[in-house]
Amino acid sequence: MDPLKRVEHELKKCVKCGACRAHCPAFAALQREPAVARGKVAVAQHLLKGDISLDDQTYAVMSKCLLCGSCVEKCPNEVPTDEIVITAREALARKRGLTTFHKAVGQVIRNRKLMSFGALAAAILGPLFFRKVPKTSGLRLRFPLPFVGNRRHIPQIARTPFMNRHPEVIRGEPGKPRVVYFVGCMTNFVYTGVGEATLALFRHLGCTVIIPKEQQCCGLPGMSGGDLDTVRTLAEKNLAALEKYEADYIMTACATCGGALHKFYPALIGKRHPELAQRIRTIADKTVDAAQLLQKLGLHPAETGAGEALKITYHDPCHLRTRAITRQPRELLAGAPGVELVEMEGADKCCGLGGTFNVYHYDTSLAINEGKSAAIEKTGAEAVVTGCPGCMMQLSDGLKQRGTRTRVMHTLEVLARSLR
Amino acid sequence: MIATRIIDELKTIVGAENVATDRQDLLCYGYDATQMEFLPDAVVHPGTPEEIAAILKLANSERFPVFPRGAGSGFTGGALPKGGGIVLVTTRLNRILRIDTENLVAEVEPGVVTEQFQLAVEKLGLFYPPDPASLKFSTVGGNVAENAGGPRAVKYGVTRDFVMGLEVVLPSGEIIRTGGETYKGVVGYDLTRLLVGSEGTLGVITKIIFKLLPLPEAKKTMLTIFDSIDGAARAVSTIIGNKIIPTTLEFMDHATLQCVDRRFNLGLPAAARAVLLIEVDGDRELIEKQAARIHEVVKPLGLVEFKVAKDAAESEQLWKVRRLVSPSLRDVNPTKYNEDIVVPRSRVPDVIRKIDAIATRYGIPIVNFGHAGDGNIHVNVMIDKEIPGMDEKAHAAIEEIFRAALELGGTMSGEHGVGLAKQPYIPLELSPVQIATMQAVKKALDPNNILNPGKMFPA
Repeated sequence: MDPLKRVEHELKKCVKCGACRAHCPAFAALQREPAVARGKVAVAQHLLKGDISLDDQTYAVMSKCLLCGSCVEKCPNEVPTDEIVITAREALARKRGLTTFHKAVGQVIRNRKLMSFGALAAAILGPLFFRKVPKTSGLRLRFPLPFVGNRRHIPQIARTPFMNRHPEVIRGEPGKPRVVYFVGCMTNFVYTGVGEATLALFRHLGCTVIIPKEQQCCGLPGMSGGDLDTVRTLAEKNLAALEKYEADYIMTACATCGGALHKFYPALIGKRHPELAQRIRTIADKTVDAAQLLQKLGLHPAETGAGEALKITYHDPCHLRTRAITRQPRELLAGAPGVELVEMEGADKCCGLGGTFNVYHYDTSLAINEGKSAAIEKTGAEAVVTGCPGCMMQLSDGLKQRGTRTRVMHTLEVLARSLR
Repeated sequence: MIATRIIDELKTIVGAENVATDRQDLLCYGYDATQMEFLPDAVVHPGTPEEIAAILKLANSERFPVFPRGAGSGFTGGALPKGGGIVLVTTRLNRILRIDTENLVAEVEPGVVTEQFQLAVEKLGLFYPPDPASLKFSTVGGNVAENAGGPRAVKYGVTRDFVMGLEVVLPSGEIIRTGGETYKGVVGYDLTRLLVGSEGTLGVITKIIFKLLPLPEAKKTMLTIFDSIDGAARAVSTIIGNKIIPTTLEFMDHATLQCVDRRFNLGLPAAARAVLLIEVDGDRELIEKQAARIHEVVKPLGLVEFKVAKDAAESEQLWKVRRLVSPSLRDVNPTKYNEDIVVPRSRVPDVIRKIDAIATRYGIPIVNFGHAGDGNIHVNVMIDKEIPGMDEKAHAAIEEIFRAALELGGTMSGEHGVGLAKQPYIPLELSPVQIATMQAVKKALDPNNILNPGKMFPA
């Protein structure tokens, strides 16, 4: 079946009003109609009609999307352009094969062992490895961390992944909620501090935290390249890993992973594989963001102890914003000891990472990030705080390139400050 | 088809990166909000008035059509390249050149997005009132070319009323300035007024001098619900009769309310037959008084409910009903023809009754809402194009709606323009002599008919 047939009905909803022009970060940077949702919808419509083909030009159009969902939120006709773009990328991948990069991404994220090895190798070789190898060298693809690509500032890779440091079940007080923790690759291999903070906070509340060993990458880096077969494989493994334990909640402190479990598994995998739909729905319904859950379970940040004065500003990750999780992290942060929360201009604007967008359109990605960095600097905050390790990497990259010393922290790292 | 040689010349003028000829790129500049589509031969993105001048000179010597385009959000096809040619996009000219707080004027390039301009002047305590629904993405250049309106027109007027002067590239490729920076000025013909609303047929706008106002201190939003359309209509004339000119008098008929309520469960009172969203602005004390007075005078007119917003958040809540109209319309039928007739405001109930009768006669749902304060009604003819014959019926119904508006002393279009969509109906409103006069102007300025050809007048 032509993948685009699945979105035929959705494509008809677009009336080309142009409202997406006001909200698309890629369009804001590129200022050309093929970059905006309306343009991609037009191209997809003509692909279905058959008067254009899945060629280089179509690839170029479809690649210019961060999958941030801004246009979907603001569309008067509720056109799911993110789903349409992923579907078009799926069609492109089927027709033309995956790009070398995305093939490698698929191989790595499907294989946890390889991924740990790749992460380990990168940790040992460090950023030097990536700097010394020319862009064109195939060697780069030997260890293609899905989010690393060819960026100029590569984050430190942890020597011991987060999940290797902890047992599978960390018992809390009887009668308290059982929380299954979906860690995500960025937390496991790069921002392990986020994992530690998450653990500390849920233990503070007396919860039993379960970290299923068999959990995999959520698959979003693959999805972004249209590699939905890989996403399905990973989704199946993750379903099995998450179903293994009785859980009151499935919690993640990564906005992207949350977006995958909560939104993209049902929208993309559930629709394509009806036999998985029910299980996917069950998991999706249980999935909550860590900050959202901490607030629900009654965390009072003010009672976590004392904290040094810290002026922060908060960045909304797209995959939290599109799930209407904007208020909760701010309320928690504002109540944390010593914390002064100031709003930046355009806090809800995408940071420019966009899954693997930044690998192919690094300059555009940075251009999008420029505005974000400027807005952060303007607040005079010592730290920019967000709920997504992906955003954390992108924000660090942008700020470092401008030579700013503003720190980048996760919401939970700020909340856990006074616990330790 | 345009020869490769010409494409190369265009590339020399604007740079190769600013000329697109890939089919995918062309597709993206072949549509607007009408849902019509035409494929151009090339898309050019000039960066200066001089580049635009060079393009138009080339177009004259090589005789190819040029279609100016801003954001491409028009409702009548004004920017569409029907018949092929090149689309000339003005969005690279996107600077606010200056905001003069002493003389209350601003000089702006055409590609600036309307809302960005508004926010920039508001930061300085100034005000640019025209507020077309597309203001978050449409450009000021497009607004001027189409003479865009908006809800605030009832008090402040439309785009035309704020344009003091222009810089324009004529179809010949010559650059001229019209009007100026002074409120007064009577030397020669008023070319500024001629160009505003000329839909890109007489020149490409490259700079605009806008008049600004001081930003009102505050505004107050009220939602009033009536048990009849007549009550709501009488409320409009009663409020204005009491010497209060609200900024906004947005009206929604029963069909619109049903649509919104069915989709979003707003819990509107069962007796609701029409809603007026009213906003007043000005000094704080004055608008308090005005709001109280409005409540008093509309009470006897079958008022079901009267809500006043206490703050910005509550105001946003009241506006929600109006904003939810568009998304809920699709539930009626997938395709809408969005017409924007105007009648003198006292005739609004008459025209709504006539439209209801047309809807019943043709068996097509028609939903009406819009700017009751100035008599500008958005008539949404909702159809399903997959049902054979429905499109033809819709066009017949639309012609009757236009005739109804004209009979009541109104016009076919208040703010969307003619473009391609209303072209066939022009003779209903304009006499042959009127049309010939306009065509003579076009011919004098664009003898080779290279600029936005095939628009406005029937072929």
